[in-house]
Amino acid sequence: MAKIIGGLTCSHIPAVGNAIANNLQQEPYWKRFFDGYEPAKEWLKNAKPDVVIVVYNDHGLNFFLDKVPTFALGCADIYHNADEGWGLKPQAPFTGDAELSWHIAESLVEQEFDICTCQEMLVDHGFVNPLRALYGSLETWPVKTIPLAVNVVQHPLPTAARCLKLGRALGKAIESYPEDTRVVIFGTGGMSHQLQGERAGLINVDFDIECMEKIATDPEWFTQFSNTEIMEMTGTEGIETIMWLVMRGAVQEKAKVIHKHYHAPISNTGAGLMVLENQY
Amino acid sequence: MVWKKHDYEDIPGTYVFDGKTAHDSYNINKMLFTFNTEECRDEFESDPVAYCDKFGVTGDFKECVVQKDFLRMLRLGCNIYFMAKMAIPRGTSVQDAGAAFQGITTEEFQQKLQDRAEGLIEKLEKAGGYWNG
Repeated sequence: MAKIIGGLTCSHIPAVGNAIANNLQQEPYWKRFFDGYEPAKEWLKNAKPDVVIVVYNDHGLNFFLDKVPTFALGCADIYHNADEGWGLKPQAPFTGDAELSWHIAESLVEQEFDICTCQEMLVDHGFVNPLRALYGSLETWPVKTIPLAVNVVQHPLPTAARCLKLGRALGKAIESYPEDTRVVIFGTGGMSHQLQGERAGLINVDFDIECMEKIATDPEWFTQFSNTEIMEMTGTEGIETIMWLVMRGAVQEKAKVIHKHYHAPISNTGAGLMVLENQY
Repeated sequence: MVWKKHDYEDIPGTYVFDGKTAHDSYNINKMLFTFNTEECRDEFESDPVAYCDKFGVTGDFKECVVQKDFLRMLRLGCNIYFMAKMAIPRGTSVQDAGAAFQGITTEEFQQKLQDRAEGLIEKLEKAGGYWNG
């Protein structure tokens, strides 16, 4: 049977991709951020996942505003990165696992999560940068990947509670897959930031730290807040942190915290990295 | 026919991209979405007015696109991520836009970000269990 080895949270900030592309990891601005990724990279290497499921949001590469699915699952053999308008060289394509994807889709719909299935899906920095930060920019990726996109761009967005429930359903879906597949889940995005308006530049370190503690030990805590309250405290784009709850719901309640790292500011944001390992 | 009021409209200095905003700025965002493709960027560059006309971008929206007034585009309801497809290749970063919203320089904006993280290490030590090199 498939097994969830664990999950991790991380940023997907565009500047992180640029720093990797320009080899800036050891520059003073970036050093503490990237050095804090080393233990997570090591854990991932030893975890040897066959498949990584990346929970992220599209920023207008695959989805235009004509159709905005709340939750969308890649169900393809391959996913391509592409120009997001900035003229950057796309990353190497990502191999999918269509059989596992369709199993997850069937299971989720059975569990009343009526997810949008995508047989073609371009993946943008939200998906690509976490993989680059944790594996390096490679020509051949060492792991299969499945994108799971959450709408955190155009309101109404799903609630934190809904994301946590989706995660729990995702966990059940993966664990009912009959192949011996090792799975790790990335919950990406966040933490506090606001890109526009007179309140742009908001970073709430205190909330971010409390949020990391609670996501590790008591994720239900996050579900007490409405999306408006989350935006008030963490900024309009800080709401991305609800995507972490999809990962959190999919791993064990008593998953062990292997690594915690937080840095701010990175670009406009507070950047949190946390590794949670299932205990068998 | 009325647009529903939302409690997030009361968050100061904040413009939430919701159904109403997305509805009213649909054409301009659709045009900006095409900038994912280099040929479309080139076509726009060669004749911005004609390109706006092609996508039904009119009035204030058209004026600020042609003038490359990114701040005004955001204030009118352009989505930040779609606007970035036009602004970033033209040398205006999201931080430049954030600074412009507050009438400060980008350097001042970046300093404010740094200030927000003051006392970070002490806070992490207090919380406990964080990697710190």
